[in-house]
Amino acid sequence: MKTYHLTTPISDDDIKDIRIGDIVYLNGSLTTCRDVAHRRLVEEHRPLPVDVRNKAILHAGPIIKDLGDDHYEMVAVGPTTSMRMEKFEEEFVKQTGVKLILGKGGMGPGTERACKNYKALHLVYPAGNAVYAALHVEKIVDAQWKDLGMPETLWSCEVKDFGPLIVSIDTNGDNLFEKNKVIFNQRKEAEIKKINEQVKFIK
Amino acid sequence: MDTMTYDYTEPELSTKGQQMRDLLATYIALISHRLPDDVTAKLQELAKIEVDPLQKLVYDTMMENQLLANKLERPSCQDTGALQFFIKCGAKFPLLGELNQILKDAVYRGTKKAPLRHNAVQTFDEFNTGMNIGDGIPSIFLQIDGDSTDIEMYVYMAGGGCTLPGAAKVLMPGEGYEGVVRFVMDRMTSYGINACPPLLVGVGVGTSVETAALNSKLALMRRVDSESDNANAAKLEHLLEDGINHIGLGPQGFGGQKSVMGVNVVNTARHPSTIGVAVSTGCWSHRRGLIKFDEDLNYELPLNEGVEL
Repeated sequence: MKTYHLTTPISDDDIKDIRIGDIVYLNGSLTTCRDVAHRRLVEEHRPLPVDVRNKAILHAGPIIKDLGDDHYEMVAVGPTTSMRMEKFEEEFVKQTGVKLILGKGGMGPGTERACKNYKALHLVYPAGNAVYAALHVEKIVDAQWKDLGMPETLWSCEVKDFGPLIVSIDTNGDNLFEKNKVIFNQRKEAEIKKINEQVKFIK
Repeated sequence: MDTMTYDYTEPELSTKGQQMRDLLATYIALISHRLPDDVTAKLQELAKIEVDPLQKLVYDTMMENQLLANKLERPSCQDTGALQFFIKCGAKFPLLGELNQILKDAVYRGTKKAPLRHNAVQTFDEFNTGMNIGDGIPSIFLQIDGDSTDIEMYVYMAGGGCTLPGAAKVLMPGEGYEGVVRFVMDRMTSYGINACPPLLVGVGVGTSVETAALNSKLALMRRVDSESDNANAAKLEHLLEDGINHIGLGPQGFGGQKSVMGVNVVNTARHPSTIGVAVSTGCWSHRRGLIKFDEDLNYELPLNEGVEL
Protein backbone atom coordinates (compact mmCIF):
# COMPACT_ATOMS: atom_id res chain seq x y z
CA MET A 1 0.00 0.00 0.00
CA LYS A 2 1.73 3.18 -1.24
CA THR A 3 0.40 6.71 -0.82
CA TYR A 4 0.34 9.27 -3.66
CA HIS A 5 -0.65 12.94 -3.86
CA LEU A 6 -1.97 13.97 -7.29
CA THR A 7 -2.71 17.46 -8.56
CA THR A 8 -4.78 18.22 -11.67
CA PRO A 9 -4.02 18.35 -14.56
CA ILE A 10 -2.91 14.72 -14.28
CA SER A 11 -0.67 13.13 -16.93
CA ASP A 12 -0.40 9.48 -17.99
CA ASP A 13 3.04 9.48 -16.38
CA ASP A 14 1.66 10.65 -13.01
CA ILE A 15 -0.48 7.53 -12.62
CA LYS A 16 1.41 4.80 -14.48
CA ASP A 17 3.00 3.28 -11.36
CA ILE A 18 -0.09 3.47 -9.16
CA ARG A 19 -1.52 0.03 -8.44
CA ILE A 20 -4.74 -1.37 -6.98
CA GLY A 21 -4.85 -1.05 -3.19
CA ASP A 22 -2.69 2.12 -3.20
CA ILE A 23 -3.98 5.31 -1.58
CA VAL A 24 -4.34 8.64 -3.39
CA TYR A 25 -5.11 12.17 -2.15
CA LEU A 26 -6.33 14.62 -4.80
CA ASN A 27 -5.70 18.34 -5.20
CA GLY A 28 -7.31 20.50 -7.87
CA SER A 29 -10.40 20.05 -9.99
CA LEU A 30 -13.14 17.53 -9.21
CA THR A 31 -16.59 17.49 -10.85
CA THR A 32 -19.56 15.48 -9.61
CA CYS A 33 -21.03 13.41 -12.43
CA ARG A 34 -23.51 10.55 -12.18
CA ASP A 35 -26.36 8.67 -13.86
CA VAL A 36 -28.16 11.11 -16.13
CA ALA A 37 -25.06 13.12 -17.03
CA HIS A 38 -23.41 9.90 -18.28
CA ARG A 39 -26.54 9.00 -20.22
CA ARG A 40 -26.78 12.45 -21.79
CA LEU A 41 -23.20 12.27 -23.07
CA VAL A 42 -23.22 8.67 -24.26
CA GLU A 43 -26.79 8.04 -25.39
CA GLU A 44 -28.12 11.51 -26.11
CA HIS A 45 -24.80 12.68 -27.65
CA ARG A 46 -24.89 15.95 -25.75
CA PRO A 47 -21.38 17.27 -25.08
CA LEU A 48 -20.45 17.49 -21.39
CA PRO A 49 -20.68 21.18 -20.44
CA VAL A 50 -17.56 20.87 -18.25
CA ASP A 51 -14.05 20.08 -19.52
CA VAL A 52 -12.80 17.19 -17.38
CA ARG A 53 -9.81 16.24 -19.56
CA ASN A 54 -6.87 15.23 -17.34
CA LYS A 55 -9.01 15.96 -14.31
CA ALA A 56 -11.29 13.98 -12.01
CA ILE A 57 -14.98 13.15 -11.73
CA LEU A 58 -16.83 11.92 -8.67
CA HIS A 59 -19.87 9.66 -8.85
CA ALA A 60 -21.83 11.58 -6.26
CA GLY A 61 -24.94 13.54 -5.50
CA PRO A 62 -24.09 16.12 -2.86
CA ILE A 63 -26.13 18.29 -0.52
CA ILE A 64 -25.55 21.89 -1.54
CA LYS A 65 -26.52 25.14 0.11
CA ASP A 66 -27.53 27.82 -2.39
CA LEU A 67 -25.98 31.09 -1.18
CA GLY A 68 -27.54 33.12 -4.03
CA ASP A 69 -25.88 34.86 -7.03
CA ASP A 70 -24.56 31.52 -8.35
CA HIS A 71 -22.63 30.93 -5.14
CA TYR A 72 -22.90 27.54 -3.47
CA GLU A 73 -21.59 25.79 -0.39
CA MET A 74 -20.81 22.09 -0.16
CA VAL A 75 -22.65 20.78 2.91
CA ALA A 76 -22.14 17.04 2.44
CA VAL A 77 -20.66 15.02 -0.40
CA GLY A 78 -19.77 11.38 -0.79
CA PRO A 79 -19.62 8.74 -3.47
CA THR A 80 -22.53 6.81 -4.89
CA THR A 81 -22.48 3.27 -6.35
CA SER A 82 -20.11 3.43 -9.32
CA MET A 83 -21.45 0.24 -10.89
CA ARG A 84 -24.53 2.15 -12.06
CA MET A 85 -22.29 4.10 -14.44
CA GLU A 86 -20.49 0.98 -15.74
CA LYS A 87 -22.73 0.81 -18.81
CA PHE A 88 -21.49 4.25 -19.93
CA GLU A 89 -18.02 4.64 -18.44
CA GLU A 90 -15.81 3.25 -21.21
CA GLU A 91 -17.31 5.61 -23.76
CA PHE A 92 -17.31 8.44 -21.21
CA VAL A 93 -13.57 8.11 -20.57
CA LYS A 94 -12.87 7.84 -24.29
CA GLN A 95 -14.80 10.99 -25.12
CA THR A 96 -13.84 13.18 -22.17
CA GLY A 97 -10.24 12.19 -21.42
CA VAL A 98 -10.95 12.13 -17.68
CA LYS A 99 -8.08 10.65 -15.64
CA LEU A 100 -9.58 9.82 -12.26
CA ILE A 101 -13.02 8.32 -11.71
CA LEU A 102 -13.96 8.48 -8.04
CA GLY A 103 -16.86 6.55 -6.64
CA LYS A 104 -18.01 3.72 -4.45
CA GLY A 105 -17.61 -0.02 -4.88
CA GLY A 106 -16.14 -1.70 -7.92
CA MET A 107 -16.70 -1.30 -11.65
CA GLY A 108 -16.69 -3.80 -14.47
CA PRO A 109 -14.92 -4.85 -17.67
CA GLY A 110 -15.80 -1.70 -19.66
CA THR A 111 -14.10 0.53 -17.11
CA GLU A 112 -11.17 -1.88 -16.90
CA ARG A 113 -10.68 -1.50 -20.66
CA ALA A 114 -11.01 2.28 -20.41
CA CYS A 115 -8.45 2.52 -17.60
CA LYS A 116 -6.01 0.40 -19.57
CA ASN A 117 -6.52 1.88 -23.04
CA TYR A 118 -6.92 5.55 -22.14
CA LYS A 119 -4.78 5.53 -18.95
CA ALA A 120 -7.15 6.31 -16.13
CA LEU A 121 -7.84 5.10 -12.58
CA HIS A 122 -11.01 4.18 -10.73
CA LEU A 123 -10.74 5.01 -7.05
CA VAL A 124 -13.03 4.52 -4.08
CA TYR A 125 -13.71 7.13 -1.48
CA PRO A 126 -14.90 5.45 1.76
CA ALA A 127 -18.61 6.08 1.48
CA GLY A 128 -20.83 7.63 4.09
CA ASN A 129 -18.15 10.13 5.16
CA ALA A 130 -19.83 13.12 3.64
CA VAL A 131 -18.88 15.82 6.12
CA TYR A 132 -15.22 14.78 6.15
CA ALA A 133 -15.26 15.00 2.34
CA ALA A 134 -17.15 18.30 2.21
CA LEU A 135 -14.55 19.91 4.45
CA HIS A 136 -11.92 19.08 1.81
CA VAL A 137 -13.86 20.94 -0.89
CA GLU A 138 -12.44 24.45 -0.89
CA LYS A 139 -15.06 25.94 -3.18
CA ILE A 140 -17.65 25.19 -5.83
CA VAL A 141 -16.55 26.97 -8.99
CA ASP A 142 -19.27 25.96 -11.45
CA ALA A 143 -22.69 24.29 -11.68
CA GLN A 144 -23.94 22.87 -15.00
CA TRP A 145 -27.05 20.94 -16.03
CA LYS A 146 -28.87 22.30 -13.01
CA ASP A 147 -32.15 21.16 -14.57
CA LEU A 148 -31.24 17.67 -13.26
CA GLY A 149 -31.78 18.73 -9.66
CA MET A 150 -29.42 18.88 -6.71
CA PRO A 151 -28.04 15.32 -6.75
CA GLU A 152 -27.42 15.13 -10.52
CA THR A 153 -26.09 18.61 -11.29
CA LEU A 154 -22.44 18.74 -12.41
CA TRP A 155 -20.85 20.54 -9.47
CA SER A 156 -17.26 21.54 -10.28
CA CYS A 157 -15.14 21.87 -7.16
CA GLU A 158 -11.66 22.84 -6.09
CA VAL A 159 -10.49 20.21 -3.62
CA LYS A 160 -7.55 19.93 -1.24
CA ASP A 161 -6.13 16.61 0.01
CA PHE A 162 -9.38 14.92 -1.02
CA GLY A 163 -9.14 11.34 0.21
CA PRO A 164 -8.28 8.72 1.21
CA LEU A 165 -8.99 7.33 -2.27
CA ILE A 166 -8.34 3.61 -2.62
CA VAL A 167 -7.36 2.51 -6.13
CA SER A 168 -9.85 -0.08 -7.37
CA ILE A 169 -8.86 -0.27 -11.07
CA ASP A 170 -5.36 0.71 -12.28
CA THR A 171 -3.83 1.48 -15.68
CA ASN A 172 -3.10 -2.23 -16.23
CA GLY A 173 -6.83 -2.85 -15.98
CA ASP A 174 -6.37 -4.79 -12.73
CA ASN A 175 -9.50 -4.74 -10.59
CA LEU A 176 -9.34 -4.92 -6.78
CA PHE A 177 -13.03 -5.68 -6.26
CA GLU A 178 -13.13 -8.40 -8.93
CA LYS A 179 -10.10 -10.07 -7.31
CA ASN A 180 -11.77 -9.81 -3.90
CA LYS A 181 -15.03 -11.18 -5.31
CA VAL A 182 -13.39 -14.41 -6.43
CA ILE A 183 -12.13 -14.96 -2.87
CA PHE A 184 -15.45 -13.87 -1.32
CA ASN A 185 -17.42 -16.29 -3.50
CA GLN A 186 -15.14 -19.22 -2.64
CA ARG A 187 -15.52 -18.51 1.07
CA LYS A 188 -19.27 -18.09 0.64
CA GLU A 189 -19.75 -21.56 -0.80
CA ALA A 190 -17.86 -23.10 2.11
CA GLU A 191 -19.97 -21.14 4.62
CA ILE A 192 -23.27 -22.08 2.95
CA LYS A 193 -22.32 -25.73 3.19
CA LYS A 194 -21.57 -25.38 6.90
CA ILE A 195 -24.78 -23.47 7.68
CA ASN A 196 -27.08 -25.72 5.68
CA GLU A 197 -26.26 -28.71 7.85
CA GLN A 198 -27.82 -26.84 10.78
CA VAL A 199 -31.03 -25.35 9.33
CA LYS A 200 -33.10 -28.42 8.53
CA PHE A 201 -36.10 -27.02 10.41
CA ILE A 202 -38.66 -28.68 8.09
CA LYS A 203 -38.81 -32.33 9.07
CA MET B 1 -37.43 22.49 -21.77
CA ASP B 2 -40.71 22.11 -19.87
CA THR B 3 -40.14 21.76 -16.18
CA MET B 4 -42.74 19.86 -14.22
CA THR B 5 -43.37 20.80 -10.63
CA TYR B 6 -44.85 19.02 -7.65
CA ASP B 7 -47.71 20.80 -5.93
CA TYR B 8 -47.45 20.92 -2.19
CA THR B 9 -49.24 23.26 0.18
CA GLU B 10 -48.42 22.93 3.84
CA PRO B 11 -51.44 21.56 5.72
CA GLU B 12 -53.37 23.46 8.35
CA LEU B 13 -52.65 21.36 11.40
CA SER B 14 -54.12 21.58 14.88
CA THR B 15 -51.90 23.22 17.52
CA LYS B 16 -50.95 19.81 18.84
CA GLY B 17 -50.37 18.57 15.29
CA GLN B 18 -48.00 21.45 14.65
CA GLN B 19 -46.16 20.63 17.85
CA MET B 20 -45.71 16.99 16.83
CA ARG B 21 -44.62 18.00 13.33
CA ASP B 22 -41.99 20.38 14.71
CA LEU B 23 -40.61 17.77 17.11
CA LEU B 24 -40.40 15.25 14.27
CA ALA B 25 -38.74 17.74 11.89
CA THR B 26 -36.09 18.34 14.55
CA TYR B 27 -35.68 14.62 15.16
CA ILE B 28 -35.32 13.90 11.43
CA ALA B 29 -32.50 16.46 11.20
CA LEU B 30 -30.85 14.89 14.24
CA ILE B 31 -31.00 11.38 12.77
CA SER B 32 -29.16 12.68 9.71
CA HIS B 33 -26.12 13.71 11.72
CA ARG B 34 -26.02 11.36 14.71
CA LEU B 35 -26.09 7.56 14.51
CA PRO B 36 -28.21 5.63 17.03
CA ASP B 37 -26.35 4.46 20.14
CA ASP B 38 -26.46 0.74 19.26
CA VAL B 39 -24.85 1.38 15.85
CA THR B 40 -22.13 3.65 17.24
CA ALA B 41 -21.20 1.09 19.89
CA LYS B 42 -21.05 -1.73 17.33
CA LEU B 43 -18.87 0.27 14.93
CA GLN B 44 -16.43 1.07 17.72
CA GLU B 45 -16.27 -2.63 18.55
CA LEU B 46 -15.70 -3.66 14.91
CA ALA B 47 -13.07 -0.96 14.32
CA LYS B 48 -10.88 -2.50 17.04
CA ILE B 49 -10.96 -5.91 15.34
CA GLU B 50 -9.47 -4.76 12.02
CA VAL B 51 -5.67 -4.96 11.92
CA ASP B 52 -4.50 -3.96 8.42
CA PRO B 53 -3.58 -0.31 7.66
CA LEU B 54 -6.16 0.08 4.85
CA GLN B 55 -9.05 -1.12 7.00
CA LYS B 56 -7.87 0.97 9.95
CA LEU B 57 -7.68 4.04 7.72
CA VAL B 58 -11.28 3.48 6.57
CA TYR B 59 -12.58 3.09 10.14
CA ASP B 60 -10.58 6.14 11.29
CA THR B 61 -12.19 8.17 8.50
CA MET B 62 -15.64 6.94 9.56
CA MET B 63 -15.11 7.85 13.22
CA GLU B 64 -13.72 11.28 12.33
CA ASN B 65 -16.66 11.90 9.99
CA GLN B 66 -19.22 11.13 12.69
CA LEU B 67 -17.47 13.47 15.12
CA LEU B 68 -17.51 16.25 12.53
CA ALA B 69 -21.14 15.63 11.58
CA ASN B 70 -22.18 15.83 15.23
CA LYS B 71 -20.13 18.93 15.87
CA LEU B 72 -21.18 20.81 12.74
CA GLU B 73 -24.74 19.39 12.78
CA ARG B 74 -24.53 18.36 9.16
CA PRO B 75 -25.84 15.16 7.55
CA SER B 76 -23.08 12.60 8.07
CA CYS B 77 -23.84 10.99 4.69
CA GLN B 78 -24.99 12.99 1.69
CA ASP B 79 -27.59 10.38 0.78
CA THR B 80 -30.25 11.03 3.36
CA GLY B 81 -32.65 8.55 1.80
CA ALA B 82 -36.32 8.62 1.02
CA LEU B 83 -37.84 8.80 4.49
CA GLN B 84 -39.76 5.83 5.87
CA PHE B 85 -41.87 5.52 9.01
CA PHE B 86 -42.76 2.23 10.67
CA ILE B 87 -45.45 2.99 13.20
CA LYS B 88 -47.39 1.33 15.98
CA CYS B 89 -50.24 3.56 17.05
CA GLY B 90 -52.88 3.13 19.72
CA ALA B 91 -56.42 3.64 18.38
CA LYS B 92 -56.95 6.46 20.88
CA PHE B 93 -53.83 8.47 20.03
CA PRO B 94 -55.37 11.92 19.58
CA LEU B 95 -53.57 12.85 16.33
CA LEU B 96 -54.22 9.62 14.42
CA GLY B 97 -56.46 11.39 11.88
CA GLU B 98 -53.80 14.01 11.12
CA LEU B 99 -50.87 11.60 11.17
CA ASN B 100 -50.20 11.35 7.43
CA GLN B 101 -50.18 15.11 7.02
CA ILE B 102 -47.98 15.58 10.10
CA LEU B 103 -45.38 13.13 8.82
CA LYS B 104 -45.22 14.53 5.31
CA ASP B 105 -44.91 18.07 6.56
CA ALA B 106 -42.28 17.02 9.11
CA VAL B 107 -40.18 15.63 6.26
CA TYR B 108 -40.77 18.78 4.21
CA ARG B 109 -39.61 20.99 7.08
CA GLY B 110 -36.87 18.63 8.32
CA THR B 111 -35.41 18.62 4.80
CA LYS B 112 -34.93 22.39 4.91
CA LYS B 113 -33.70 22.31 8.47
CA ALA B 114 -31.00 19.61 8.17
CA PRO B 115 -30.65 20.21 5.12
CA LEU B 116 -31.43 16.82 3.57
CA ARG B 117 -30.86 15.91 -0.06
CA HIS B 118 -33.80 16.11 -2.44
CA ASN B 119 -34.44 12.44 -3.01
CA ALA B 120 -37.98 12.27 -4.40
CA VAL B 121 -38.17 11.64 -8.14
CA GLN B 122 -41.70 11.35 -9.51
CA THR B 123 -41.81 8.12 -11.48
CA PHE B 124 -42.71 8.10 -15.20
CA ASP B 125 -42.81 11.91 -15.23
CA GLU B 126 -39.17 11.58 -14.08
CA PHE B 127 -38.52 14.84 -12.37
CA ASN B 128 -37.13 15.58 -8.92
CA THR B 129 -39.73 17.38 -6.81
CA GLY B 130 -36.95 19.38 -5.15
CA MET B 131 -38.69 19.02 -1.79
CA ASN B 132 -37.77 15.49 -0.72
CA ILE B 133 -41.46 14.59 -0.66
CA GLY B 134 -43.49 13.13 -3.49
CA ASP B 135 -46.26 10.64 -4.20
CA GLY B 136 -45.78 7.99 -1.50
CA ILE B 137 -42.65 9.67 -0.10
CA PRO B 138 -42.33 9.58 2.85
CA SER B 139 -43.61 6.01 3.00
CA ILE B 140 -45.73 5.26 6.02
CA PHE B 141 -46.35 1.77 7.39
CA LEU B 142 -48.95 1.93 10.12
CA GLN B 143 -50.15 -0.73 12.49
CA ILE B 144 -52.97 -0.04 14.95
CA ASP B 145 -51.90 -1.48 18.28
CA GLY B 146 -54.78 -1.81 20.75
CA ASP B 147 -56.68 1.20 22.00
CA SER B 148 -53.94 3.01 23.91
CA THR B 149 -53.30 6.74 23.56
CA ASP B 150 -49.59 6.28 22.69
CA ILE B 151 -47.68 6.06 19.43
CA GLU B 152 -44.19 4.78 18.63
CA MET B 153 -42.44 5.12 15.34
CA TYR B 154 -39.19 4.16 13.72
CA VAL B 155 -37.85 6.84 11.40
CA TYR B 156 -35.53 5.47 8.74
CA MET B 157 -33.22 7.13 6.25
CA ALA B 158 -31.80 4.52 3.89
CA GLY B 159 -29.60 5.69 1.06
CA GLY B 160 -29.71 4.26 -2.46
CA GLY B 161 -26.58 2.17 -1.94
CA CYS B 162 -28.00 -0.01 0.80
CA THR B 163 -31.48 -0.02 -0.73
CA LEU B 164 -30.15 -1.59 -3.93
CA PRO B 165 -29.44 -5.10 -2.50
CA GLY B 166 -33.08 -5.45 -1.42
CA ALA B 167 -34.74 -8.52 -2.93
CA ALA B 168 -37.61 -10.89 -2.26
CA LYS B 169 -38.55 -14.26 -3.64
CA VAL B 170 -41.06 -17.02 -3.00
CA LEU B 171 -39.41 -20.40 -2.54
CA MET B 172 -40.96 -23.83 -2.80
CA PRO B 173 -41.02 -25.53 0.61
CA GLY B 174 -38.75 -28.23 -0.81
CA GLU B 175 -35.99 -25.63 -0.97
CA GLY B 176 -36.31 -25.28 2.80
CA TYR B 177 -34.33 -22.92 5.00
CA GLU B 178 -31.30 -23.95 2.96
CA GLY B 179 -32.94 -21.94 0.17
CA VAL B 180 -33.25 -18.98 2.51
CA VAL B 181 -29.54 -19.23 3.35
CA ARG B 182 -28.53 -19.38 -0.31
CA PHE B 183 -30.75 -16.42 -1.16
CA VAL B 184 -29.25 -14.24 1.57
CA MET B 185 -25.64 -15.28 1.07
CA ASP B 186 -25.70 -14.75 -2.72
CA ARG B 187 -26.99 -11.24 -2.17
CA MET B 188 -24.05 -10.44 0.10
CA THR B 189 -21.32 -11.13 -2.42
CA SER B 190 -23.16 -9.63 -5.41
CA TYR B 191 -24.73 -6.47 -4.01
CA GLY B 192 -23.80 -6.33 -0.32
CA ILE B 193 -20.22 -5.49 -1.13
CA ASN B 194 -21.31 -2.13 -2.62
CA ALA B 195 -23.85 -1.34 0.10
CA CYS B 196 -21.28 0.15 2.51
CA PRO B 197 -20.34 -2.68 4.85
CA PRO B 198 -20.26 -3.41 7.72
CA LEU B 199 -23.94 -4.01 7.07
CA LEU B 200 -26.97 -4.67 9.18
CA VAL B 201 -28.72 -7.51 7.34
CA GLY B 202 -32.49 -7.84 7.67
CA VAL B 203 -34.01 -11.17 6.69
CA GLY B 204 -37.77 -11.55 6.38
CA VAL B 205 -39.53 -14.90 6.24
CA GLY B 206 -43.25 -15.27 5.55
CA THR B 207 -45.65 -16.27 2.80
CA SER B 208 -45.20 -13.94 -0.13
CA VAL B 209 -42.91 -11.24 -1.46
CA GLU B 210 -44.57 -8.32 0.31
CA THR B 211 -44.91 -10.00 3.72
CA ALA B 212 -41.31 -11.17 3.58
CA ALA B 213 -40.12 -7.77 2.35
CA LEU B 214 -41.87 -5.86 5.12
CA ASN B 215 -40.51 -8.33 7.68
CA SER B 216 -36.98 -7.80 6.35
CA LYS B 217 -37.36 -4.04 6.77
CA LEU B 218 -38.77 -4.43 10.28
CA ALA B 219 -35.72 -6.57 11.01
CA LEU B 220 -33.56 -3.52 10.25
CA MET B 221 -35.51 -1.55 12.85
CA ARG B 222 -34.37 -3.92 15.59
CA ARG B 223 -31.19 -3.07 17.47
CA VAL B 224 -28.01 -4.39 15.86
CA ASP B 225 -27.25 -6.54 18.91
CA SER B 226 -30.79 -7.92 19.32
CA GLU B 227 -31.85 -11.53 18.98
CA SER B 228 -35.07 -13.10 17.70
CA ASP B 229 -37.44 -14.55 20.31
CA ASN B 230 -37.77 -17.67 18.21
CA ALA B 231 -34.98 -20.14 19.00
CA ASN B 232 -34.56 -21.38 15.43
CA ALA B 233 -34.71 -17.89 13.94
CA ALA B 234 -32.11 -16.78 16.51
CA LYS B 235 -29.95 -19.73 15.53
CA LEU B 236 -30.20 -18.70 11.87
CA GLU B 237 -29.27 -15.13 12.81
CA HIS B 238 -26.06 -16.33 14.46
CA LEU B 239 -25.22 -18.78 11.68
CA LEU B 240 -25.69 -16.11 9.01
CA GLU B 241 -23.78 -13.52 11.01
CA ASP B 242 -20.79 -15.82 11.39
CA GLY B 243 -21.09 -17.01 7.80
CA ILE B 244 -21.19 -13.52 6.29
CA ASN B 245 -18.40 -12.37 8.59
CA HIS B 246 -16.25 -15.27 7.41
CA ILE B 247 -16.71 -14.09 3.81
CA GLY B 248 -14.63 -11.11 5.03
CA LEU B 249 -16.12 -8.19 3.09
CA GLY B 250 -14.46 -5.75 5.50
CA PRO B 251 -15.32 -2.06 5.68
CA GLN B 252 -16.48 -0.80 2.27
CA GLY B 253 -15.90 -4.24 0.75
CA PHE B 254 -12.11 -3.81 0.72
CA GLY B 255 -11.77 -7.11 2.57
CA GLY B 256 -11.23 -7.48 6.29
CA GLN B 257 -12.11 -9.41 9.40
CA LYS B 258 -15.84 -8.64 9.58
CA SER B 259 -18.70 -7.94 7.14
CA VAL B 260 -21.72 -7.17 9.26
CA MET B 261 -22.90 -5.29 12.34
CA GLY B 262 -25.52 -8.00 12.76
CA VAL B 263 -28.17 -10.16 11.13
CA ASN B 264 -31.79 -9.81 12.27
CA VAL B 265 -34.58 -12.16 11.24
CA VAL B 266 -38.27 -11.28 11.48
CA ASN B 267 -40.69 -14.07 10.64
CA THR B 268 -44.43 -14.56 10.30
CA ALA B 269 -46.40 -17.71 9.50
CA ARG B 270 -46.40 -19.04 5.94
CA HIS B 271 -48.78 -20.73 3.54
CA PRO B 272 -47.98 -24.48 3.50
CA SER B 273 -47.02 -24.29 -0.18
CA THR B 274 -44.60 -21.36 0.00
CA ILE B 275 -41.67 -19.82 1.86
CA GLY B 276 -41.46 -16.11 1.17
CA VAL B 277 -37.96 -14.74 1.81
CA ALA B 278 -36.59 -11.24 1.56
CA VAL B 279 -33.37 -9.49 2.38
CA SER B 280 -32.86 -5.80 3.11
CA THR B 281 -29.56 -4.23 4.08
CA GLY B 282 -28.64 -1.24 6.18
CA CYS B 283 -25.29 0.43 5.58
CA TRP B 284 -22.78 1.20 8.36
CA SER B 285 -24.35 4.64 8.54
CA HIS B 286 -27.62 3.11 9.71
CA ARG B 287 -29.71 6.21 10.36
CA ARG B 288 -32.65 4.69 12.14
CA GLY B 289 -34.42 6.52 14.93
CA LEU B 290 -37.15 5.57 17.37
CA ILE B 291 -39.49 8.04 19.01
CA LYS B 292 -42.37 7.33 21.39
CA PHE B 293 -45.06 9.88 22.20
CA ASP B 294 -47.87 9.82 24.72
CA GLU B 295 -51.13 11.67 24.19
CA ASP B 296 -49.62 14.91 25.53
CA LEU B 297 -46.63 14.53 23.16
CA ASN B 298 -44.19 13.77 25.95
CA TYR B 299 -41.54 11.82 24.07
CA GLU B 300 -38.82 9.24 24.63
CA LEU B 301 -35.83 8.53 22.39
CA PRO B 302 -34.68 5.05 23.44
CA LEU B 303 -31.90 4.90 20.81
CA ASN B 304 -30.40 8.33 21.51
CA GLU B 305 -29.34 8.60 25.12
CA GLY B 306 -29.04 12.14 26.45
CA VAL B 307 -30.72 13.76 23.42
CA GLU B 308 -33.45 16.35 23.78
CA LEU B 309 -35.32 17.86 20.85
